[in-house]
Amino acid sequence: MIGFFIQRVLQALMVIVAMSVIVFLGVYAIGNPIDVMIDPASDQALREALIQRYGLDRPLIEQYFVFMGNLLQGDLGESFIYRLPVLNLILSRFPATLELALTAMMIATCLGIPLGLWAGYKPDSLSAKVIMAVSVLGFSVPTFWVGLLLIMTFAVELGWLPSGGRGPVTEVLGMPLSITTLEGWSYIILPAFNLALFKLGLLIRLTRAGTIEVMSSDYVRFARAQGLSEGKVVGLHVLKNISIPIVTVFGLELGSTLAFAVVTETVFNWPGMGKLIIDSITVLDRPVMVAYLILVVFLFVVINLVVDLIYGQLDPRIRVKAAS
Amino acid sequence: MSSAPVITAPVETRWVRLGNFWSDFKQNPAAVAALIVIVSVVLMAVLAPLVAPQDPYNQETLDLFDARLEPGEVGSGGYVHWLGTDAAGRDVFSAILYGLRTSLIVGVMAGTLALVLGATVGLVAAYYGGRVEAVIMRVIDLQLSLPAILLALVLVAMLGQGLPQLVTALVAAQYAYFARTTHGAASAERRKDYIEAALSTPLPARQVLFRHLLPNALPPLIVVATVQVANSIALEATLSFLGLGLPLTQPSLGSLISNGFQFLLSGRYWISIYPGIALMLTVVAINLVGDQVRHVLNPRRSR
Repeated sequence: MIGFFIQRVLQALMVIVAMSVIVFLGVYAIGNPIDVMIDPASDQALREALIQRYGLDRPLIEQYFVFMGNLLQGDLGESFIYRLPVLNLILSRFPATLELALTAMMIATCLGIPLGLWAGYKPDSLSAKVIMAVSVLGFSVPTFWVGLLLIMTFAVELGWLPSGGRGPVTEVLGMPLSITTLEGWSYIILPAFNLALFKLGLLIRLTRAGTIEVMSSDYVRFARAQGLSEGKVVGLHVLKNISIPIVTVFGLELGSTLAFAVVTETVFNWPGMGKLIIDSITVLDRPVMVAYLILVVFLFVVINLVVDLIYGQLDPRIRVKAAS
Repeated sequence: MSSAPVITAPVETRWVRLGNFWSDFKQNPAAVAALIVIVSVVLMAVLAPLVAPQDPYNQETLDLFDARLEPGEVGSGGYVHWLGTDAAGRDVFSAILYGLRTSLIVGVMAGTLALVLGATVGLVAAYYGGRVEAVIMRVIDLQLSLPAILLALVLVAMLGQGLPQLVTALVAAQYAYFARTTHGAASAERRKDYIEAALSTPLPARQVLFRHLLPNALPPLIVVATVQVANSIALEATLSFLGLGLPLTQPSLGSLISNGFQFLLSGRYWISIYPGIALMLTVVAINLVGDQVRHVLNPRRSR
C-alpha cells in the first residue's frame, strides 16, 4: 500500500512539473507584455527599466527556474495590470467561484437524483422520456447559450431576477457569501442553475442507468416480497446501491465545474476566478494566466490522486495491477 | 393461399449492409428529423452566397440607416429583414448563413483532424503494446481528466486568434477521445486470429494497421466522430463568445451571438437569439443522429 501511495504521488508530482513547463513556455511565448503595460509614446529608457525589473531580459530557462523557486515559496508574481500579488488576487476571487460551483452541484444533485430515479423506475413512461430528452439538451446545448436564454427570460422579459453581478454579500468566517440573504439568492440562482445544467444531465443518466440495473436484482425482488412499500424499496435499497458510483463521478466533476465556471461567470458577469482569467487573457496579464493555469492543474491532479488512492483502498485489484 | 416465396439468404455486400443500416436508423423519427435538419443546414451553408439576400461582410452593401431593424421590417435594400438587422445594419439572416459556414468548416475540420490524429495514436498504442502503450495511454488518460474547454482556452491564449490556431486548439483538446476509443476497439481486435494471421505474413506493420485493424475498429469511431463534430462547433462557439475565437471579420455563430449579447439587455433580442437558435438546432441535431447511429451499431442490441 505504501509503495502504491508513493508511486502515485510521484506520478502526480511529475505531471505538475510537466504542466508547469508547458504552461510557462506557452504563455511566455506570446507577445511582449511590456508593450501592453506602458504607453507607446514613452521613451526607451523606461521600457528597458521595466524589462529589467520583471527579469524579461534573462534567458527563458533562468526565468523558469526563478519562477519555480518563487512558486515554491508561495510567490506567484505580481499582476501586470492590478499591481497586486497574483496569489492574493486569485484567492480573493476564489470564494465567489467556489460558492457558485457548490450551489450548482447542490442544484444538480437535488434535481438530478430524483429525476434519474424516476426515469429508471418507470423507463417506458412519457415523463421518463421527457426527462431523458431534457438531459440530452443539458449535455449538448452550449452552456453560454442557455445562460443567454435564462437572462432573456427571467431578467429582461419577466424582470424577476437581476441579469448579472453578485449583489450584496455577507462575511461568514472571513468568506463573503451571497447565499445567506434572499437578495443574494436572487443573484446566484440563475448562474448556478446555468452551471448546474451539464452536471444535471450527467447525473440523470448515471442515476437512471444504475436504477434500471438495480431494479432487476434479486434483493429488490426479495424486498418487495417482504412486503416493503415501494417508497422504502426505492429510497432504501435502490438509492443505497447506486450511490457509490454517483458519489465517485461527482467528486471528479467538482474540478470540472470550477473550470466550466469560466463560461458562466463571463455570461453573468460573476466576479470569480473564471472572469479574472478571461480578462487576463484579453489584456495579456501573463503572471495571472500562468498562476491560474498552474493552480487549476494542481487542483485537478490532487482530486484525481485522492480518487485513485480511495479506489486503491476499496479495490485491491487496482493496487496489484498498478504495482506490476 | 399461395405458398410463401422462397427466400434466399441475401449476399452480405456493402450495399445490403448499408440498406440494413438505414432501415434500422429510420426506426427513430426524431433521428430522421434531425438528419433532415443537418442536411438543410449544410445545404444552406454551402449555398449561402446564392440564398442570402445580402453579403453581410461587404461593407459597401451595409447601410447604418438600417441598423437594429426589428424582424420583419423592410430595409433600404427594398427586401424584408425576416430576422432583423444588427448594429451595423447587417441582415441577421444572411449573417447566420455565413456564420454557419464558418462554424461547420471549423467543426468538420477539427473533427476530421482529431479523428486522424487520435485514431493513429490509438492504433499505434494498441499495435505495439508494452511500454509504448503504457506511456501513450497514461498521457491520454491524463488529458481526458482535464476539461476540453480548459485545454482549448490555454491553447488559444498561447497561439493567438485566427482559423488555423483555433482548429489546432480544438484538435489538441479533442483527439484524446478518438485515441481512447480506437485503442479500446483495436486492442480487442488485436487478439483475434485474423490479425495474428496477417502478422505472420510478410506484410509491413503499416499495412496490417491501416488495412486490417483500422476498418474493423471503425464503427465506434464513427459515433465518436459525429458527436465530436458537434462538440467542436459548440466549443468554438463558446471560445468565440468569450472573445477568444474568431474575430468579427470572419464570424462564426459564436461571434454573432457575442456581438448581439450587449443588445440583449435592452430588449433587442434578435441579434443574438437567432444565431443561437441556429447553433442549438445544429448541435442538437448532430447529437441526435450520433445517438441513433450508436444505437444501431451497438452489437449488443436485440434485433
